[in-house]
Amino acid sequence: MNGDVLILLTAVIGILFVASTVGFVLRLRASDTGPGSAIENLNARINAWWVMVIVMAIAFVAGKTGVVILFAICSFAALREFLTLTNTKTADYWALAAAVFVVLPVQYLSVGMNWYGFYSIFIPVYAFLLMPIISALRGDTKDFLIRVAEAQWALMICVFCVSHVPALLSLNIPGYEGRNLFLIFFLVVVVQSSDVLQYVWGKLLGRRKIAPKLSPSKTLEGLLGGVLSASLLGAALFWITPFSIWQAAALSLVITLMGFFGGLVMSAIKRDRGVKDWGHLISGHGGFIDRLDSVIFSAPIFFHIVRFYWDVH
Amino acid sequence: MTSALILVTAHVVTAVRGVWQSTDPVVKQRIYFANHSSHGDFVLVWTVLPSHLRAQTRPVAGADYWLGSQLKQFIGQSVFNAVLIDRNPETRQADPVEQMAEALDANDSLILFPEGTRNTTEDILLPFKAGLFNLAIARPHVDLVPVWIDNLNRVMPKGALLPIPLICTVTFGDTLHIEEDEDKEAFLNRAEKALLDLAPGHEVAETAS
Repeated sequence: MNGDVLILLTAVIGILFVASTVGFVLRLRASDTGPGSAIENLNARINAWWVMVIVMAIAFVAGKTGVVILFAICSFAALREFLTLTNTKTADYWALAAAVFVVLPVQYLSVGMNWYGFYSIFIPVYAFLLMPIISALRGDTKDFLIRVAEAQWALMICVFCVSHVPALLSLNIPGYEGRNLFLIFFLVVVVQSSDVLQYVWGKLLGRRKIAPKLSPSKTLEGLLGGVLSASLLGAALFWITPFSIWQAAALSLVITLMGFFGGLVMSAIKRDRGVKDWGHLISGHGGFIDRLDSVIFSAPIFFHIVRFYWDVH
Repeated sequence: MTSALILVTAHVVTAVRGVWQSTDPVVKQRIYFANHSSHGDFVLVWTVLPSHLRAQTRPVAGADYWLGSQLKQFIGQSVFNAVLIDRNPETRQADPVEQMAEALDANDSLILFPEGTRNTTEDILLPFKAGLFNLAIARPHVDLVPVWIDNLNRVMPKGALLPIPLICTVTFGDTLHIEEDEDKEAFLNRAEKALLDLAPGHEVAETAS
């Protein structure tokens, strides 16, 4: 296992090193290097990747607790961004306070306890029924359904879905004991490199816009190139997973497609609310949700496919 | 120590970002005048100021609230070194404008809420009180900087125990000065408009209504 970690870490750092070098050379050669230029944005993105990789590595070293805490923090940051764009009012105060200070910690606590029977239903059953009750008791009916639906979606997207990344650690796959962290590595690397590769293929060959209203930069060429090359990468990573090479490729295809459509859905919300990014905390990328959107949509599906076919329960 | 704790809390809860839209955070004496909807307003302005400016910037706050308990007194006086003014003209012993002018003469900058009280109404801004005008007359050379604080009223609505984490922004507009012969109404209107121009979506709200 340690040998595998060393290989993966060397590969990731090597790729980032190449990216940083390319970014550096491009900046030396480019004419427009002012703030806000494409080169500056690219370099800001690469630098943010270094930070994200280092933080992930530290969490992995800290083991299960570290990973659960890391994704709980991601959920908190995502929830903060999502709630900012909702129409929730003073009457929803207690429902929102409960979402942040009760639902989020309880969800991650039960993930940390491997309590599948609870964390898989706590938000869709208990939180979804109790939150509108709290809001209704305040008696303010204006936009009630909109407010309730927005608060529920915030929890679903930012807490429930994100918590399915660390939940991968609780799967019990015979012959794969102690290696579940690699499932997280597989999911995150395949989905995130699909995002990057879609961008690269789109820049190189992109012609046919796929969703001009939602996301003008997404093209059919970018989608096909990105999804297929990321799936090849996923297949090449089969040796760290419990999957065969074909299973790894098929799962990669599923999660990259989910990631792509997740990005579209989150773009639709941003368009509706008239913002370009969810936040500003990850330099060059935008907010946490901008970076996580593809993981958000792929994590629960990946979790349940793996649980259904590989886990003994 | 306490101030570091307050800074960290402000960042965790609001991920606050200062937007220097039409002016830069330069070392210059200023009166920042901002909209007021929460007791935490000056904390956010203070948080986004660079630390060397922070040390020389004092909030102007109501003595009735900030002397209300020992904790508030400690935070208001020891941490923020607030200029505490008595808002009740009947009981007060010092003229608030003189108190503020004194702070300016000691070379400090001020954070001022010209609405005079927290805005808990549905209106985006309350009409300004005379204080900003009187101060501008008393110290006409000092830069007046409009500052729009966005979203903090949703973080801590009235009666809230815990803050709801939401992203806040603090937007700094273009400096203004009182003009020669400008009367109170014209000046306050101009200052109100300069502040409202920084409010996100304000133009939209105007056309919609």
